[in-house]
Amino acid sequence: MSDAHDPKDVHGGGHSHADVDRHVRAALFVFGSLLVLTSFTVAAYFLHLPLRLAIALALVIATAKGTLVAAWFMHLVSEKKMIYWMLGLTAVLFLPLLLLPTLTILDRVRLH
Amino acid sequence: MEIPYTVEARPDTGLNNGKLGIWLFLASEVMLFGALFASYVMLRVGAPEWPRGATYLNIPLATLNTVILISSSVTMVLAWASLVKGDFGRFRLFLGVTILCGLGFLVIKYFEYEAKFHHGYFPATNTFLAIYFTLTGLHGLHVIGGMAVNSYLWGPGSALWKTDRAHFTNRVENAGLFWHLVDLVWIFLFPVLYLL
Repeated sequence: MSDAHDPKDVHGGGHSHADVDRHVRAALFVFGSLLVLTSFTVAAYFLHLPLRLAIALALVIATAKGTLVAAWFMHLVSEKKMIYWMLGLTAVLFLPLLLLPTLTILDRVRLH
Repeated sequence: MEIPYTVEARPDTGLNNGKLGIWLFLASEVMLFGALFASYVMLRVGAPEWPRGATYLNIPLATLNTVILISSSVTMVLAWASLVKGDFGRFRLFLGVTILCGLGFLVIKYFEYEAKFHHGYFPATNTFLAIYFTLTGLHGLHVIGGMAVNSYLWGPGSALWKTDRAHFTNRVENAGLFWHLVDLVWIFLFPVLYLL
């Protein structure tokens, strides 16, 4: 079975010029936000916070940056349900992957 | 015979095959790097002592690398957007800048590694350096892989633009998804290894 589309048409993905202009403006805004958040990350380092607070702050900022990249650069804000289901399953499997090894040494856990 | 659903969406998934395929691959990459981050967590919390990143690592250089990768992600988006608007010239410009940013990242990484080796710091020196070289080394290989794909799309692969614009645009979008994941991994690697 072959695709029935005009090879010269670039809108096979369903993006109009207006959509793309909006997307570009959003991407540039996200770029600025990422630079600001990166400066916060580095500035937080120079505050010499207690380690637990430093870890929490660094991960919150990194998660915010990652969310912006995933949502706007990777188009997740407007993706199909199939992708959301797949990523949901990945997240469900990722959390035990991240935590299970450490749980096996819980009696020796120390934060440095 | 043509490969089906390279542009039009499959009725059952609502996606073209390339997009579904790349997201499945990215899910596997999340598990790959996730396993290494899990190793980092386990090694650190189980260790009697653990150095702060600044003890061994160059924070200004890594900050510059972070800015370079973030910028390359933006230019990747702009490259794809140029194709959707039918501007092949701007696509080549932006993708070219993306590739150069990747090269810049690797050059800085080279200087970082070289400085460490010069000081006698190797993966076998201690656990921190072992996980540092493993994480950043694997990430660096992904940067090289992404650059290879982007270079193909910039060069010989761009011939597809002449015969099937939508298909080529989708290929660039999918390559972009991989490149953004490489950026995303570094967004977490940078603070975890260098700042904590």
